[in-house]
Amino acid sequence: MQIVNIVGAGLAGLSAAITLAKTGIKSRLISLQPSERAQSVLAEGGINAALDTMGEHDTPENHFADTLRGGVYLADPNAVENLTYHAPEVLRWLEKLGVPFNRTPEDIALRNFGGQKLKRTAYAKSSTGKIIMHALIDEARKCERSGLIDRMPHHEFLRLLTHEDTCIGVRVRDRYSGKLYDLHGTVLLCSGGMNGIFPGMTTGTTQNSGDVTATVFAQGVCLGNLEMLQYHPTTIGIAGKRCLVTEAARGEGGRLYIERSGEKYFFMEDKYPELGNLMPRDVVARTMYFIRREPDTGDQVYLDMTGLPENAWKNKLSDLRQELMHYLAIDPKKAPIPVQEGIHYFMGGMDTDEEHRTSLQHLYAAGECTCQYHGANRLGGNSMLGALYGGRRAAETILFDKPLDACQVQIVEGEEPLAEPASPAWIAQVSQILLGGLGIVRNEAQLTAALDALYALRPQNPREENRLHLAEAMLRSALERRESRGAHYREDYPEKQEAFRKMTLAEYNGSVRISFRALPERRHHADHN
Amino acid sequence: MQITIEVLRRENAESAPHWERFSCEADSSATVMTALIDRNAQLAAEGKPVIAYECSCLQKKCGACAMVVNGRPCLACDAKLLDVQKKGVILVEPLRKFPVIADLIVDRHILYENLKALHIWLESECIADGKQAELAYEASRCLQCGCCLEVCPNFCPGDTFFGMAAFVPTARLLSELPPSELGQLRRVYRKHIYEGCGKSLSCRNICPAGLDIDKLLVNSHAVAIWKRK
Repeated sequence: MQIVNIVGAGLAGLSAAITLAKTGIKSRLISLQPSERAQSVLAEGGINAALDTMGEHDTPENHFADTLRGGVYLADPNAVENLTYHAPEVLRWLEKLGVPFNRTPEDIALRNFGGQKLKRTAYAKSSTGKIIMHALIDEARKCERSGLIDRMPHHEFLRLLTHEDTCIGVRVRDRYSGKLYDLHGTVLLCSGGMNGIFPGMTTGTTQNSGDVTATVFAQGVCLGNLEMLQYHPTTIGIAGKRCLVTEAARGEGGRLYIERSGEKYFFMEDKYPELGNLMPRDVVARTMYFIRREPDTGDQVYLDMTGLPENAWKNKLSDLRQELMHYLAIDPKKAPIPVQEGIHYFMGGMDTDEEHRTSLQHLYAAGECTCQYHGANRLGGNSMLGALYGGRRAAETILFDKPLDACQVQIVEGEEPLAEPASPAWIAQVSQILLGGLGIVRNEAQLTAALDALYALRPQNPREENRLHLAEAMLRSALERRESRGAHYREDYPEKQEAFRKMTLAEYNGSVRISFRALPERRHHADHN
Repeated sequence: MQITIEVLRRENAESAPHWERFSCEADSSATVMTALIDRNAQLAAEGKPVIAYECSCLQKKCGACAMVVNGRPCLACDAKLLDVQKKGVILVEPLRKFPVIADLIVDRHILYENLKALHIWLESECIADGKQAELAYEASRCLQCGCCLEVCPNFCPGDTFFGMAAFVPTARLLSELPPSELGQLRRVYRKHIYEGCGKSLSCRNICPAGLDIDKLLVNSHAVAIWKRK
């Protein structure tokens, strides 16, 4: 019997499981907590597709061009073409699942989002992720009932089971019983971003610890573009984390300003008249970083939403308003709110081909845990699309390749060294070192100092050791990319270099190795329908 | 302000519970969840067993960290220390209507089993016209945290009455399905939701997501019971 072990139960994992179920292939949905608690429920502003419902003559080709340009030409153009040309179909599928998107009188409504001139982002107020997840979970329940999805919440991924260069399954621990199991069969990793590498400093969840990525890296899976961390321009500090203020706030008309000589200076509108506050996130975050350091400006950037029309508050951002009033005790309808850049998304991750195959046979990956689709900077609205489409595409590839004919479950007796967590103190130490090198603005001296500090650490268990290798790979990727591109800005190499329009590849085989790989040329697909 | 937190701990389901106390300094934003995270870092550094709990988003959007704080079920990430303390003390316990796994972790799988029993999914494609979008949106916001069941005088795990946590996802389907496909759902709605509810509506004031339960109830009863669709 064939079975696919999907690690992660967010948008990518659910999308893959539902796709597999449609063809009668069973999957196990393995996650620390049930889908209801996945990071995908935090996604806010919307999901991109050139549905062209707003009379602006949008096309998938425009979406393709914006995504590639927004990622500063570091994404695989063929993968991006697949993503953007299939996006309308993904949205129509969600509509059929009953996702209550905001609508025009006739069709799905679209809003403006960063890095895109046309309205292309479908939304359910500003809780889009939560609302989509609800419908997908309902759909997955149907497959559960027919025995094609086996939800395994409270199970933690410990490591891949491998045989030579092939992945044959996963070892997991039931966090409720403490028992260890080997689950055989093809593996699809949908384990999300690496927030736990920077605890308390990101907008993500505590579940996405980064341990899955660190472990598979140590097991020989190649990673890519690890230097590409997305700092979201508008976050606020709340207890224990950074809290996102959706880009939709600016999509609906919110404006960024800083005080300069006693007056409000709307710097984005001044510096970038065409897209203004909706420039790609890397540009906005970097501009905020530099504007605060100018001699005649204040040290706080504000987001001014006081000019938004009543309709925006009533039908599009009512949830955002409630959230800001709750956390900041400021009504954004009446007063600007202080915002700051915060780590929001990992463009880097597991290296996959266009079809979501990793470097290990029978191991696939999709969603934020990969480095697929977004290049050097992700456009707002493309993450949910990347997860949903990526999960589906990975499942289709697994079907094409044929899943392993194995499904047995073995109880593991004895100790598993990877069951011991990294200590919070160790995690905090590594995080501090990384933040010293991987800020919004970077340079060789800082990166070298961070690496030296990292090399001085002594890990106490295998998970700590794996984190060390991952951290080294992140810093060295940033050190060796001697140019500025997207989210990676080097003040010592401030220009983009054509010679570096290559993917950064990180491999581990007893030691960390960084190299660069040329990107494929775009094939022109004759027909996407 | 100095706060004393007492956590009801037990190693596993079989072991006897005991209270364990620690102190922390509370600023205006600190929550029960951040206090537990900090406490665990301290315990780990001392080589002592950390407190078992579930948490994920830290911004009251995922429902993972539901627990009982000073007698009231809530999300620990939404319970500010200064707001919930009584005379400088905060008692933290696991939810009481679900089996305890360890410390503050409870097994809430009955929530998902009940939704399966109700057949909460669409059998055919939804034809969106936007008329019920507001209701479907509101129903989709349910966190499945279980706080509503904790305070419900009529809910007991394993009984026929499934409570508000099953009602809300049902409300999405009732708002979206055409009348011709409502037969089965109407039957299970009456049996597992409508007939068991004593209308105490204690769930209304406890929901961490602030769901508009009245509005959902009015519409769902109209569709499922009074067949006004």
